[in-house]
Amino acid sequence: MGVGRPPGLRASRTGRRIATAGLAALLATSLAACVQSQREGDGGRTMVFGAAGAPALFDPFYASDGETFRVTRQMMEGLVGFEPGTAEVEPALAESWESSEDGTEWTFQLREGVEFHDGTEFDADAVCANFERWYNQTGPGQNAALSYYWIETFGGFASDDDPSLYSSCETPDQSTAVLELTRPSSKFPDALGLDSFSIQSPTAMEEYGADEVTARGSSFEYSEYAKQHPTGTGPFEFDSYDESNQSIVLRRNEDYWGEKAELDRLVFKIIPDESVRKQELLSGGIDGYDFPNPADISGLRDQGFDVQVRDPFNILYLGISQRSNPALRDLRVREALARAVDKENLVEANMPDGAEPAELFYPDSVDGYPEDVTKYPHDPQRAKQLLREAGHQDLTIEFWWPTQVTRPYMPDPRGIFNALSGDLEEAGINVEPVSKPWNGGYISDVNQGKAEVFLLGWTGDYNSPDNFIGTFFGSTQNQFYTEPAPWGGELAERLEAADGEADPAAREEMYTEINRSLKSEYLPAIPLAHSPPAIVTSSEVEGLVTSPLTAERFAPVSLRQ
Amino acid sequence: MLRYTVRRLGQLVIVAVVLSILLFGWLRALPGGPVSALLGERATEESRAQLVEQLGLNQPLHVQYWKFVQRAVTGDFGVSTGVQPGTPAMEVFLQRMPATLELSVLALLLAVVVGVPLGYFAGRRQGGWLDNLSITWSLIGVAVPVFFLAFLLKYVFAIELGALPASGRQEVSIDATHATGFYVLDGMLTGEWDAAWNAFLHLLLPAAALSTIPFAVIFRITRASVLDVLEEDFVRTARSKGLGARVIRGRHVLRNAMLPVVTTIGLQTGALLSGAVLTEQVFNITGIGQALSLGFQRQDYAVLQVVILATAMVYVLVNLVVDLTYAAIDPRLRER
Amino acid sequence: MVPGTQRGKRIDELAESGSDGSAGISLAASAWRRLRRSPTFLLGAGIIAAFVLLALVSPLLAQHDPALRLLEDQVSRADNSIPEPQGDFPLGGDQYGRPLLSRLLLGSQQTLLVALTATVLGLGGGLTLGILAGAFGGWVDTVVMRVVDVLLSVPSLLLAVSIGALFQQQSRFTVIIAVATVQIPIFGRLLRGTMLAQRASDHVLAARALGVKQRSVVFRHMLPNALGPVVVQATLMLAVAIIDAAALSFLGLGAADTSTPEWGQMLGSAQNFFDTHPHLAFWPAGCIIVVALGFTLVGESLRDALDPKKRR
Repeated sequence: MGVGRPPGLRASRTGRRIATAGLAALLATSLAACVQSQREGDGGRTMVFGAAGAPALFDPFYASDGETFRVTRQMMEGLVGFEPGTAEVEPALAESWESSEDGTEWTFQLREGVEFHDGTEFDADAVCANFERWYNQTGPGQNAALSYYWIETFGGFASDDDPSLYSSCETPDQSTAVLELTRPSSKFPDALGLDSFSIQSPTAMEEYGADEVTARGSSFEYSEYAKQHPTGTGPFEFDSYDESNQSIVLRRNEDYWGEKAELDRLVFKIIPDESVRKQELLSGGIDGYDFPNPADISGLRDQGFDVQVRDPFNILYLGISQRSNPALRDLRVREALARAVDKENLVEANMPDGAEPAELFYPDSVDGYPEDVTKYPHDPQRAKQLLREAGHQDLTIEFWWPTQVTRPYMPDPRGIFNALSGDLEEAGINVEPVSKPWNGGYISDVNQGKAEVFLLGWTGDYNSPDNFIGTFFGSTQNQFYTEPAPWGGELAERLEAADGEADPAAREEMYTEINRSLKSEYLPAIPLAHSPPAIVTSSEVEGLVTSPLTAERFAPVSLRQ
Repeated sequence: MLRYTVRRLGQLVIVAVVLSILLFGWLRALPGGPVSALLGERATEESRAQLVEQLGLNQPLHVQYWKFVQRAVTGDFGVSTGVQPGTPAMEVFLQRMPATLELSVLALLLAVVVGVPLGYFAGRRQGGWLDNLSITWSLIGVAVPVFFLAFLLKYVFAIELGALPASGRQEVSIDATHATGFYVLDGMLTGEWDAAWNAFLHLLLPAAALSTIPFAVIFRITRASVLDVLEEDFVRTARSKGLGARVIRGRHVLRNAMLPVVTTIGLQTGALLSGAVLTEQVFNITGIGQALSLGFQRQDYAVLQVVILATAMVYVLVNLVVDLTYAAIDPRLRER
Repeated sequence: MVPGTQRGKRIDELAESGSDGSAGISLAASAWRRLRRSPTFLLGAGIIAAFVLLALVSPLLAQHDPALRLLEDQVSRADNSIPEPQGDFPLGGDQYGRPLLSRLLLGSQQTLLVALTATVLGLGGGLTLGILAGAFGGWVDTVVMRVVDVLLSVPSLLLAVSIGALFQQQSRFTVIIAVATVQIPIFGRLLRGTMLAQRASDHVLAARALGVKQRSVVFRHMLPNALGPVVVQATLMLAVAIIDAAALSFLGLGAADTSTPEWGQMLGSAQNFFDTHPHLAFWPAGCIIVVALGFTLVGESLRDALDPKKRR
């Protein structure tokens, strides 16, 4: 210790000091010369909303995550939209539409006098240019990691073999767009309200190379357009994205065709940590954030914040995979699981206010929801008896649950797991818990059918049964792995037939029947609960209309003085 | 000296290579991976396979490693998947580095400004009340988990008192120009003094939380050095020459005690980075600490690779500079 | 000299400080004499003793099952809120409605377990590396120390997180492994330093000259004399282990199963409730701080006691 420096070693220190100071001053002035303040006049009313993650990009076509859509939704519109506060379709960029008898030709009457943010005109050519762009994706653009909603809704692309729902787009005149489909689909026209199908400016997309997506290392690099120049028709337009300060600024579109936005600026501040979002709201740094922890809701209300609880439009289920554990292929065993689970207690103890126990795989606001389905009330004794009958008294199951995640339908995975595994044990089922990080193996393993019994859920994209049960059981080799079941293929076929039925009444009847069978003869999984996601704002925020699709538009929002 | 420097630099390269191999293997051993991160809960087997193919993740590991090295030497570490999706990982690192540097420098500054004088006076009056008090403080400082202290400070000063901002680097409603990425510096350079002040206020609480451990170390080293130096021959000589107490203190004791202190500051780089991961999380500071914890949560290979490699390199480089400085002063060290 | 040595150097200094080896017994004896009179040591030792005692008797003290949610009729509990302190439950419940006091008491067991096992594992790993490097020197030394340097060049928490993230299922075991891994290079470096200092010392040279076997020199003569600094470091590491385990939990890498309580995990998972229910964080934090302080006090006073410079 104490490496004593000989006192004689230092040079003329004063001289060096002067030189250093001079250099620093020089550096500072030269830097200041090239760093001019870019500040403009102060911009009036600004609302700051806390976002949970950085958006991937601002081109909604390549996105499938809520954080991206929350931002692009303010800047862009599709042909159809959703009525505020509901999941019902309403006119947006199309004023009206009609379909042909067989459901394959859709004619849209477009709104006139609408301009994109870059000043170019919105017309039928622009609409068809967008459809053609989507359909003609190549290379990485065809990947589900990018064009998820296109693949989900329209199937394939121009250049691959998978059949596509999309056939062509015609422009009889500049205010009419005619969409030809290869077959009828229950998804129409609701799916066109998805954020991914927002109509963007063809001029801007061309200028900034919107389709230039490249695979690089372990991910994709997006185009100049998607990062800096998103151009739509909405009430807000893109201002800037400060990546180092993690904030996105949108400004009011002064030339908006409809009711103009109240706010001058809308800022999204990215705060990944849930508790930090809450503290930031408490200290006045942000004006609101989405999905407050259910445990915080009453506290936030007590402190004078507005907590709005949306109508539930999601489902939490206890998934069952028939892939590896043969016992789970026995309907009696699955019924025993359904009997063992105490949904009422789960909802009361682990779910936020307003949550409801679920009977079916989607909420009753969606079409084809029969009230008279087979129900399996909580009955541990009956569960035990069923297991005995099936010869599985000593049933042991792997029960999977995710860590490092909360979802609107699953606010507290650990709490839910604790409650359910207690229920199962009570019915004499041995539970082997398996927990994995959500992104660290949980999702990928569950999707391969590796998890025997698991927690998962879904938030609806739009009001269609297909968006729920079509996604769940349309394939026999996914998380539920219904392949070995005698009815697995049959269920998938029935779902496909219902989706392709052109007559709405007949279609609804088909879905109703499928729902009945799902509860009486299939029971591929156990619906647990619909839980309403909440959104919290400071008391100054007025005019926020919540959406069951969690698709709020901030244009009508204003800040009280 | 030149040969010593060259040898040390050579060793640096070896560490970098070994680290990059370890890192590469480690990232591939992590559960999950970029494919799950990109596809999320909507993944199907088919889309997974397609993505693995497109990203070249189905090639043999050594091929992937070689490609990684080839790209890495040009500064290309791939694109972020979770922290800042779509942005090149190197860019993410460069964007976030200034925030962490700013925070660490201020924390270190706080630690020095408080720790050195306290250590000096405590050392001069060994066993006095100031000595005992500061020793107790430094011991408790080490025993308190950094993130808990950060929460405590935030709760009291930001939420209860509302005196300081609760999180972030700068008020987003301040339309500030960010040229260098160092917000305080930016504000000063452009003359946007309100922006600079605002950024500085945002730094205070996290820096205070982060400074406790360097403070404890610097305080103790200063104190110990002062004790050591007071015993040294040249101080006794100076005394016997009849030099005034103030001259002795100022010219000899303090200056000679500063040397080990300066080394210790170099040493604190690692501790500061560890602490930054936690503090940045609590205060939502968009630095590399937050990038790391987000990178882990969201399986962002590219960002983890850059950040770990770069921080380790910075750490090693800082130590190299300190060692070289030492070697320049004391030739004996070169032989070891 | 190797890169990354500033941290190493500090460890080496400790290695040299307590290992002039000439008179192990008398050193220990004189150290003990001074320790008995040191208030710092006595306070620290008292805290540790109380902690260990608590861990042993906590099953008798805890009134409730730490894993069980309090039943609705046992406590008044509005919908999802956290049970307030009441009657049988002086500290109320945690975020899952489990009895906080019982969890706190029983948490001492797992906390002690994590700290001890992690440090023992770290010490074991470090011992192996240190013996390899210090006893054989030459290329073994070079290779081992290069690995140690790479590990030391990664900031410690980062290393712990990196190891913790490797496991698919997070458990207390993975936390222990992660915390132990951080300690291995530190102990390795320390032991190598003491061994190197010993190799040149008179009594080892004498033993060699007398034809004593290599293994016997290492285990009979070199290791025992290296013990002082290792004990000091290990004591300090116990404190670090408890704090690191808490930090891992805070970052979401703690044990997934929370039925058996541990303070670090209780603190780490209380972050969401800091503003509404600060006591959920304060209690485990207080326990951690006191215990970490206890280990630090003992470690520091041991270090002082073993420092030959202070032997007067």
